[in-house]
Amino acid sequence: MKRLITLVVNKKACEIAVEPNRTVAQVLREDLGLLGTKIGCGMGDCGACTVLLDGRPVNSCLVLAVQVNGREIETIEGVSNGKDLHPVQKAFVEHGAIQCGFCTPGMVLSAKTLLEKNSSPSEPEIRKALSGNLCRCTGYQKIVEAVRQAAEMMKK
Amino acid sequence: MNKYSIINTRLPRVDARAKATGAARYTDDLSMTGMLYGALLQSPVAHARIKNIDTSRAKKLPGVKDVATAQEAGAVRFGVSPARYDETIFCIDKVRYIGDEIAAVAAESLESALEAASMIDVEYEELPAVLDPFEAIREGAQVIHSDYPNNIGAEVHQEFGNVEEAFKTCDYIRTDKFVNKKQDGAFLEPQACLAVYDPDEGLTLHSSTQAPHYVQRTLAMVLGLPIGKVRVVKPYVGGGFGPKASASTLELTACLMAMRTGRPVKMTFTREQVFWHSRARHQFFHELTTGVKKDGTLVALKNTCYLDGGAYSSFGIATVYYAGSLLGAPYKLPNMKYDGYRVYTNKPANGAQRGHGGVAARAAWEQQLDVIAQELGMDPIEFRLRNIMQRGDVTCNDFNMSSLGMKECLEAVRDGSQWEKKKGKLPRGKGIGVACGFFVSGAGFPIYRSETFHSTAMVKLSEDGGTVNLYTPAAEIGQGSDTILTQIAAEALGVRYGDVKIASGDTDFGVDLGAYSSRQTLMSGHAVKQAAEEAKRQVLEVLSEQLGIQADEMDIRDGLVLFKGDGVDFSALRSNYIKEHRGWTDPPTGDRLTFVEAARMAYLARGTIVGRGAYKPGELGGKYKGAAVGTSPAYGCSAQVVEVTVDMETGQVTVDRMTDAHDCGFAINRTNVEGQMQGSLSMGLGEALFEEIKFDGKGRVANPTLGEYRIPTCLDMPNVETIIIESDEPNGPFGAKEVGEGAIMPTIPAILNAVYDATGVRISELPVTSERVFNALKAKKQQ
Ligand code: FES
Ligand code: FES
Repeated sequence: MKRLITLVVNKKACEIAVEPNRTVAQVLREDLGLLGTKIGCGMGDCGACTVLLDGRPVNSCLVLAVQVNGREIETIEGVSNGKDLHPVQKAFVEHGAIQCGFCTPGMVLSAKTLLEKNSSPSEPEIRKALSGNLCRCTGYQKIVEAVRQAAEMMKK
Repeated sequence: MNKYSIINTRLPRVDARAKATGAARYTDDLSMTGMLYGALLQSPVAHARIKNIDTSRAKKLPGVKDVATAQEAGAVRFGVSPARYDETIFCIDKVRYIGDEIAAVAAESLESALEAASMIDVEYEELPAVLDPFEAIREGAQVIHSDYPNNIGAEVHQEFGNVEEAFKTCDYIRTDKFVNKKQDGAFLEPQACLAVYDPDEGLTLHSSTQAPHYVQRTLAMVLGLPIGKVRVVKPYVGGGFGPKASASTLELTACLMAMRTGRPVKMTFTREQVFWHSRARHQFFHELTTGVKKDGTLVALKNTCYLDGGAYSSFGIATVYYAGSLLGAPYKLPNMKYDGYRVYTNKPANGAQRGHGGVAARAAWEQQLDVIAQELGMDPIEFRLRNIMQRGDVTCNDFNMSSLGMKECLEAVRDGSQWEKKKGKLPRGKGIGVACGFFVSGAGFPIYRSETFHSTAMVKLSEDGGTVNLYTPAAEIGQGSDTILTQIAAEALGVRYGDVKIASGDTDFGVDLGAYSSRQTLMSGHAVKQAAEEAKRQVLEVLSEQLGIQADEMDIRDGLVLFKGDGVDFSALRSNYIKEHRGWTDPPTGDRLTFVEAARMAYLARGTIVGRGAYKPGELGGKYKGAAVGTSPAYGCSAQVVEVTVDMETGQVTVDRMTDAHDCGFAINRTNVEGQMQGSLSMGLGEALFEEIKFDGKGRVANPTLGEYRIPTCLDMPNVETIIIESDEPNGPFGAKEVGEGAIMPTIPAILNAVYDATGVRISELPVTSERVFNALKAKKQQ
């Protein structure tokens, strides 16, 4: 039976009726049309579906929608404010951190969370923060460099 | 002034912003009104006869709109190479691996489709599953395909020079065996497709594919439609690396059910299905015998290889050739013999994956060369340099190295890694290793026999003059071809990067064989360059008519018209343009004539300006059987030095540093070239150290998740020093050639050689797990 839940997504309150077995990833993509959240495995292994739940990165394919009743979610669509890219996105674009882009939304959200907590992370700290996000294309180096560059930009 | 404005730079990718904001649409992001969801029924047993299929229960489930089996799908065979078509949409009388497709359902929701698929009752008569390729070729083994009674789907026998005679002249000969493990592509986006059928318009398939053109041909052939009524469109693709380079049952099924129901049908693989479908790296069993002279001159190589092919051919007929033909070079080797056998087994079919066919062979040989260098008392780099091929050299199997910066690559990694300070001087448990490799810049021939162009392109100037539309059927799959082709078009036409608007990956735009064999920069690049130049020529012709100046007295660059002579008066042209554009907000100013004005004038004079381009390679390769496989208009090459730490107690290998030099001819986009190098190294590192598809005793993939099948995370990858070598390839557009696959070639052997340097043990079976190193260390101690 469907249950009515209320939550805040990208700073906007919404109310949706969801089946108890539906995941946050499904609801975001199918009910709310937020297709930037990607599904690479559906099992919590790849991090492509990363969103921020009350500010913390989670694999949205593993969280049931009913569990986020009353909570706040930020997806990739909420990261830039309309025209301007977030420094992390900007750095990803400029630094060649994106190839196929399927891991990118999750990477950006993980990186952004790191930089909000730690404004000058070391390389091991960056690598640790991104270790739950798989990327098959880049070999990670340009992603790590981009995060470092974003940290610089955010300090200014 | 730089020779070029747009290419050889670090411009950001054209799609980077869309991908960074989540706006980029991939196939599974698409939906349509009235869309149905498809689900497959796949075999739970590895080898069985199908006695009966009963779909009646499934058909009754509410919401089910179509149930299809071989009865509905027919028996038209398809595959990759027409010589080895061995698949049908659904199994007809037999299933051949766990995951083989038997039937499909389209329903109003994915849940109903899945439920209905599980309600299809299939009666199997189980047959012995043949899981080991050496069992498969044994006399009396269960036959998998009746056309191949010995289970050998393809074999290759080639000899160049005379290997036996040559061995007699050698001072040192050694034989080694080597085996890798079946790898998975592990692209992050599972395959997905959305089929739409309209009786008037025909069939449109949106698909996560590397090769829209091949998919289009396969759909038309199997579904019995005229090619002109089939359109394949590729949205953004989340990586491919080979397994997405051919048409699949997923695509055919969605189309079939869309045609039968008249409603759009979407189908998406789960991650588990990606592993079952596979079409990724084969398992290769190599035995190599190499003979040399005392002074280190390579004389002869004998290579025997058995490939575990899995249940169907896929790209395998090319793979079995590549496992032989991609050795020899980049060294001068006059004698080479190869015997290759691709064997059917009841496991997921293997196909092409980054470095197609050559990766395991290269790992085996470059490790053997290391041993030989040591036996001869030579430094491994010095030994390689002694035999290195250079620009203009031709291999014994007739590959023409029209450019080859191999020596430069090797010297660059030697110096960049400080090899001389480290080799032989590192403490126990630390090691350094080197290897080389090369790869084609596009297969010399299409996969089906044809005189077709390999790439076409069209450049259309917008009628207002302000935008350049580039239409290319080439496939952007993450590697960056949209960016490279946009840069090439802008450079060749003389406009700014942002002036070109690319549309790609659509068979309505023409023919492009797709993103495989590292072909698009060279081949699609040629077509785009030609199309842009043709458009430019037309604009200059009109200017020439209107200004009374010879066309070759003018050029276009950075969006401006350049006149060789002084004092050209274009004021009449400008006032004409401004008159045309009364009320517009951006009248041209300044003392230079703009491309926008010129393009507008060209339109007024001639109608829409369109430039066309088409490319196919010239005459290539030898006349011997199989000479087509491995020929290419150009070859890229790579050298790598890897440094490792091995825990001498546990055998755990950590890669500390990688130095990679790649000769890409000419870097259209330096950032992208580095990205391809780093991505290749990461895939190679994974294959070297831990990637392995495992099977249970029944032929089921035992680790079909990205948790159990481990690929490198950012904690596994060291930083790579990437060195770009440019050798100016005469057959490439602006001198460019491949980077996407050559860079993976040296990775595994460089790691193996470094592990040896650290430990004194040689590992001849991948992956190099701590257990394997531990056991080898233990065995060595006991000696
Ligand atoms: S899709 Fe959620 S972790 Fe992979
Ligand atoms: S860019 Fe393709 S998976 Fe990361």
